[in-house]
Amino acid sequence: MADGVKPRVKAPKKADAGEVVTIKCLISHKMESGQRKDKDGNVIPRSIINRFTCDFGDQNVVDVTLAPAISTNPYFEFEAKIPESGDLKFTWYDDDGSVYEDSKTVKVG
Amino acid sequence: MNFKAMSLISAVALALPTFGAADPVDDQLVINEDIEIVTKTTAAPHLEGHLDEVMSGWLFRSDSTRDMERDDFDNPGMIFAEQGAEIWNTADGTEGKSCADCHGAPEDMAGVRAVYPKWNEAAGEVRTLQMQINDCRENRMGAKAWGYDKGGSMPMEALLASVSRGLPVNVEIDGPAKETWEKGKEIYYTRYGQLELSCANCHEENYGNMIRADHLSQGQINGFPTYRLKNTKLNGSHSRFKGCIRDTRAETFNPGSPEFVALELYVASRGNGLSVEGPSVRN
Amino acid sequence: MDISRRDTLALGAGAVALTVLPLHASAAGVDEMINTFTGGAAVADGGVDLDAPEIAENGNTVPISVSAEGASAILVMAAGNPTPDVAEFKFGPLAGSSSASTRIRLAGTQDVIAIAKLADGSFGKAQKTVKVTIGGCGG
Repeated sequence: MADGVKPRVKAPKKADAGEVVTIKCLISHKMESGQRKDKDGNVIPRSIINRFTCDFGDQNVVDVTLAPAISTNPYFEFEAKIPESGDLKFTWYDDDGSVYEDSKTVKVG
Repeated sequence: MNFKAMSLISAVALALPTFGAADPVDDQLVINEDIEIVTKTTAAPHLEGHLDEVMSGWLFRSDSTRDMERDDFDNPGMIFAEQGAEIWNTADGTEGKSCADCHGAPEDMAGVRAVYPKWNEAAGEVRTLQMQINDCRENRMGAKAWGYDKGGSMPMEALLASVSRGLPVNVEIDGPAKETWEKGKEIYYTRYGQLELSCANCHEENYGNMIRADHLSQGQINGFPTYRLKNTKLNGSHSRFKGCIRDTRAETFNPGSPEFVALELYVASRGNGLSVEGPSVRN
Repeated sequence: MDISRRDTLALGAGAVALTVLPLHASAAGVDEMINTFTGGAAVADGGVDLDAPEIAENGNTVPISVSAEGASAILVMAAGNPTPDVAEFKFGPLAGSSSASTRIRLAGTQDVIAIAKLADGSFGKAQKTVKVTIGGCGG
């Protein structure tokens, strides 16, 4: 697991049934592009978050494939439809095989 | 015009920074729809004859960069303030103490960032916040001092700045701090390097103009530490000073040196009245 | 100063090299990516909105937004980067809209391209040039 990787999610705690809510996600990650060289001229190997998903229950909200052109500390903002009370689940997949997760409970009513 | 003369003109044009107009914007900064930040105010009396109004570097940035500071979630600098909060609550050193054991919650330190650098009577010197933090680490916690603008210094300074946001910068320049302040002022107006540029040449005489493709601000440090889009990490004011002096093609002072401690006090005093804004976002 | 024909040609070649802007380092890569995404189907202009700054203060962190009503997926590319792929958004059944914002890296002034797979199965395209400025001070 890369150092200092920490997911952050901003989502509302409450919503009306069927309401569309805005979600912001950010994960601290260096997103080493694989294009940079160190002081000795050796290429620094690529090490990025390559996929991010958001699900509600067993249904998908968004599934993103990331390339090295995504900035350090990847940030996403998108909208989700909340059908009922439940958990939003967020998952980040690292090149090194690590998986980072976070979840937020949204209450309807 | 002969070839030699033309070469000479282009050489001069390349060597000297070129300035063009780039006025600061008229905008209000409110963070999290809650904390009102003073980004423009009347200059402190000691700036009479130099500046009438002082302005945060925030006003010199583009729309999208300014927007990143309006909400903690959009501000990548807050990632480091959160890391600082973890360090705050974690015991370190031979005494087994954390910052929280003596100081309570980080919020209890509101106002501290605003008055540093500050004269320390017992030590008989002006201390920056980082020097004071390291004093705590070495003498109260029995922990190793952090390097200047390195390691835990930046997250901790970001945390302490974040709880002081909205409070006015108010560093003391009279009394025992005066000698250090005078030294800082002298450095501010001294031309350094092969380009023979002083801090004042850019940040007092040419703020609001362009230097190559970038806006020159007043060089205020109320927003430090600052998250730069350029290097995607927190940058300390001393590291910024070092970068500026290096760009004049000079041998520079080092972060934590007596020269930069004095310069930090002087530059901070030029922003007295502006709100503490760190961790800020700049390009 | 005598300028020979050879010198003139050399100067001309230099001038041509200088005028090839913005970056198109991976134009072939872009076409290939679009083909893979569309399965070779035609791509029409429009149907997708791409919001990006006209001038980016720093190429390291450029905010962009994409949006296409009813789209199931949006592919984002940067034509002048060492590799053109930026991100691909797939919108699931609980997506509140087919829109997303992120922050991207641009190696220099270039075109950012968004291709959306629309609700009727056709493909739409939006393209925007983003100028990336060079900072004044290394700092």
